[in-house]
Amino acid sequence: MARRGILGLFRDADGAAEAVDWLRRSQFSSEEFEVLTGSPYPEGAFGEGHIKHRLFIFPFVGAALGFAVAILLNIGTQVSYPIVTGGKPILSLPPMTIITYEGTLLGAILFTVLGIVFESRLPSRLPKIYDPRISDGYIGVMVACPEERLNEVDRGLRQAGAVDVKWEPGAAAKI
Amino acid sequence: MQERRDTSFPQINQDLLRGVIKTPIWFWLVLGALGMVVLGGAGAMGYLFYVGLGLTGLNWPVMWGAFITTFVFWVGISHAGVMLSAILRLTHAEWRRPATRAAEVLTVFSLATAALFPIIHVGRPWRALYWIFPYDFARGIWPNIRSPLIWDPAAIFTYLTGSSLFVYIALLPDLAAARDHTTGWRHTLYSVISLGFRGTARQWRLQVMGGILLSALILPVFVSVHSIVSWDFGMTMAVSGWHVTIFAPYFVIGAVHSGVAAVVTLLALMRWVFGWQDYIRREHFDALGRLMLVVSTAWLYFFFMEFLFALYSGESAEIALREMQVFTPPWSYFFITFLLTAYFIPVPLWLFRGVRRSVPLMFLTSLSVNIGMWLERFLIFVPGLARKQVFTFDWYTYRPSAVEITIIAASFAVVALGVLLFSKFFPLVPIYDVKEGEVFSTRIEVGRRKVPAVVREE
Repeated sequence: MARRGILGLFRDADGAAEAVDWLRRSQFSSEEFEVLTGSPYPEGAFGEGHIKHRLFIFPFVGAALGFAVAILLNIGTQVSYPIVTGGKPILSLPPMTIITYEGTLLGAILFTVLGIVFESRLPSRLPKIYDPRISDGYIGVMVACPEERLNEVDRGLRQAGAVDVKWEPGAAAKI
Repeated sequence: MQERRDTSFPQINQDLLRGVIKTPIWFWLVLGALGMVVLGGAGAMGYLFYVGLGLTGLNWPVMWGAFITTFVFWVGISHAGVMLSAILRLTHAEWRRPATRAAEVLTVFSLATAALFPIIHVGRPWRALYWIFPYDFARGIWPNIRSPLIWDPAAIFTYLTGSSLFVYIALLPDLAAARDHTTGWRHTLYSVISLGFRGTARQWRLQVMGGILLSALILPVFVSVHSIVSWDFGMTMAVSGWHVTIFAPYFVIGAVHSGVAAVVTLLALMRWVFGWQDYIRREHFDALGRLMLVVSTAWLYFFFMEFLFALYSGESAEIALREMQVFTPPWSYFFITFLLTAYFIPVPLWLFRGVRRSVPLMFLTSLSVNIGMWLERFLIFVPGLARKQVFTFDWYTYRPSAVEITIIAASFAVVALGVLLFSKFFPLVPIYDVKEGEVFSTRIEVGRRKVPAVVREE
């Protein structure tokens, strides 16, 4: 079934929440629409469901990898040319702990950043109907709509209080 | 947040993106002036590399001088970013909003500048490759991980990478806002680097959660960096005044002291230069002043502890060194100036609400702190080395040369230039954070008064 994007722009959060309610009543699933805002709003402010993500796994994976790489670097470099300095053991735990600590945290940070980008579904192409007014405080409700329901959704968005409704020209919508 | 004025989203965009979209004449003038100083520094550096370290005032046994002092100074300044940004984010402090980006950016540029100094200091910077990078450049010899001089680059690399990524992630929504308000090549640039951010509920959730998570991860790095910098000295047993067990917390708290002061300096400049009186308000300086009162007093406690430990050790060399620092010119002049400027002039002034809420006074007192904190590091490193040897004929003093002074002056211009150029391409106040403050703010009636309040989501 061919789908096209349709965007309703609202001046306030109440109108956008009403539009989300209408979409749900009209049998649209959460995957078929999204609310776009210019700043963070409290979770569920527009009646959208709880957002599931696995961000918390990323730092643990990164930390484990960073730890492993740091240990390998510590042991490998010192064993490959074992010079005794200051009478200290070749594999001395205190300095190894320091390098390993930094490596572990570096891995955790790198993977957290990757996790934020990945879980935010970035990078992505900006939809053609995206409206810059969203960063000026308007709230956008974007729907991936079957062609035959475009008029119905347009009416529904306007009835909820949309000040403007934009249709994606031709191509299939990806949101 | 009594002074907050309701501001619309378009107004916030217009105000905070003004510096990005329009280029006033002063920008070119300041850019030119800073560029000249940086070029001067680059010339001095080239001359130093060509002729050698004989151009500096360094001589045995004082082999660590103003370059290393400035390295530690800039690492200290870099601690402001994470201290303010991470702790204030984690505690949901409302007054963090205009300060976080400036603090994070200051961290990145000051840390990058700090990292240059040990490389300049070795005189033959290309040889730093053999010493720092874990690669067997010659004959299978790898860096010696038992040396603090390897821990240091490892910690700085981690901190610089983490801080830069932290800035970038927090910048994504603002890059999207810049994309929405620009045309032509700028629009294309912001479209690419904003990665297609469009403000879905999911993206905001991840932005907020990610910010908190990154803050929590960078905090332990922040503590480790200056601890490790202190061990560059603390692990050296041969120099009086260096081998001190409380150096790590003492350096960390000193770094926070100088770093927060540097953020105050930067915020005052941003308020004057960009006219952001509605965003960087007197109440923010007030809050920072209160924070600095606590931090500076904690720092003073560690300073006295460090001094006291040296005196209680009963070691004649330690006591002689302290005597020299406090009573022998020119060190005594530096010592008095350091104590007055780092603590005894600014801190009593910050006790007064009028001073904390006066932008010019906060600007001057924050500058005073950093003059003092530079001298503090100088007094830790140089006198100890000057009296490193037992015999008086091996004693030496140290005076930075013109080349060293030029390079150090240029380092201030490098950091200022970095922040200035950043402000040309990216907003220095987090736009989305200010907007979030607007969304979450309300007014509640308490008795007969209507007072501003902020809603916090758990």
